[in-house]
Amino acid sequence: MKQYRIEPDKGVEIGLYSIGEHLPNPHTGELISSQQRILELIEASKLADEAGLDVFAVGESHQTHFTTQAHTVILGAIAQATKNIKVASSATVLSTSDPVRVYEDFATLDLISNGRAEIVAGRGSRVGAYSLLGYDVRDYEELFEEKMELLMKLNNEDTVTWEGQFRAPLKNASILPQPMNGVLPIWRAVGGPPASAIKAGHAGVPMMLTTLGGPAINFKHSVDAYREAAKKAGFNPATLPIATTGLLYTAKDSQDALREYYPHINAGMQALKGGGYPKQQFAQAVDHRDALMIGSPQQIIEKMLYQYELYGNQRFLAEIDFGGVPFDKIAKNIELLATEIIPAVKKHTAKK
Amino acid sequence: MKIVGIAGSNVGTKTRTAVDVTLQKARDKYPDAEITLLDLAEYDMVFSDGRNYTDYEGDTKFVTETIMAADAIIIGTPTFQASIPATLKNIFDLLPVNGFRDKVVSILVTAGTARHYLMVEMQLKPILAYMKAHIVPTYVFLEDKDFHRKEIINDDILFRIERLVEDTVQLTNAYANIREEKDAEYDF
Repeated sequence: MKQYRIEPDKGVEIGLYSIGEHLPNPHTGELISSQQRILELIEASKLADEAGLDVFAVGESHQTHFTTQAHTVILGAIAQATKNIKVASSATVLSTSDPVRVYEDFATLDLISNGRAEIVAGRGSRVGAYSLLGYDVRDYEELFEEKMELLMKLNNEDTVTWEGQFRAPLKNASILPQPMNGVLPIWRAVGGPPASAIKAGHAGVPMMLTTLGGPAINFKHSVDAYREAAKKAGFNPATLPIATTGLLYTAKDSQDALREYYPHINAGMQALKGGGYPKQQFAQAVDHRDALMIGSPQQIIEKMLYQYELYGNQRFLAEIDFGGVPFDKIAKNIELLATEIIPAVKKHTAKK
Repeated sequence: MKIVGIAGSNVGTKTRTAVDVTLQKARDKYPDAEITLLDLAEYDMVFSDGRNYTDYEGDTKFVTETIMAADAIIIGTPTFQASIPATLKNIFDLLPVNGFRDKVVSILVTAGTARHYLMVEMQLKPILAYMKAHIVPTYVFLEDKDFHRKEIINDDILFRIERLVEDTVQLTNAYANIREEKDAEYDF
């Protein structure tokens, strides 16, 4: 775990991530400017850093309703604005980027942040980047696998010689600058089904698994498949960290949390996926066995500990800004995480 | 109430005729309803590649968004090789897995022979059920002999179409009431 800068003895890491979507606050109909959305993300990273959270991550989506397309630039500003918090992507759409440029960007980010940068590489669950940046979505799978292999090679070798289908070959190329200790933590972003969890395990790459909603136990298949694939490929699963991610909203009591959050999750899903969140399903979600992190701080603690038991994960990242949640509520969620939820979860998951 | 009628093939006239007659009955009986025809022969649709329907462009985006905005959908389909045509299957492939949740879907089916009578039960209804539709149980089955030069000449069919329209609207209202009642149980 050390090469991934993770110390499991200190308990499960808890952080925040944003996919940078830019939607109106459904309670008021107000849509803040792109500039304000970006500045508030940077502001939220400062609050999270001051409150002692472990990670702050920003992802990219290249289409309407989004505003963090240039996520590495925003991460640079976050690195400069913060002191201790790890700075990661969530995710970098590697398939439509040049792995060399991605590595240069994050190595630089690692230097600016004094060794806090991480890459989370994904294929993108939205396809806007493909046509915009000149890639064919029919190469979805092969683009990612080839580029992921190259990215890992860039991380592990000093001079790189490589040839592939989607990029000019490299001959004894040195990638500069190099990150703080010569290597970056690189994760593979994995959606629900086990197929890409198996690919991550097979390659011995840490996995960041999204657990957006529904019974938490459904995602256990992917966790097990990941560790099994890693073992078969000759890696020791105990050395490979797993992060899980999910939507989170908490308030003093669960009724407030449900009332305040429902319009956000419903309108957000409607805008991004074209279908709302059924109330019946949302009402069920406060149960500790459901992956959606909704409820009072005590209920969130129960959910996190239940999932920790299920998955044995080293990190949980919460998305607290989905669907136009206003900044004062984002700040309130960070406060409740820092003062009530994280101390309890750390206490139960740290080795005494 | 938004009702969308789909004529599900890009060739032939009988399915379109049946959908036209059905939507006209709906307009006459329910003047307040917002009724739209989507004849797939008139649109240039791409094949589904798995993306969210909102991420398509042009006709594909228009057709899928129109369907997703509907409260009730009346699907007219011919029978091709003992099943629905590819044009109609592509519409289902373009939509989300729960695409018909909270929507009422009713069916008109045309066929060259009465031997295809159970095609809807075996081919179409399982897809609609998977996509969470509230399916109107009875459907209208039309054979070639029920048409003459773009008109329906069988009174039995015309009566059945009237009942299909009524059932579609009534079930849509009933499910809306059920949903409202259920949602009122939650204070969020």
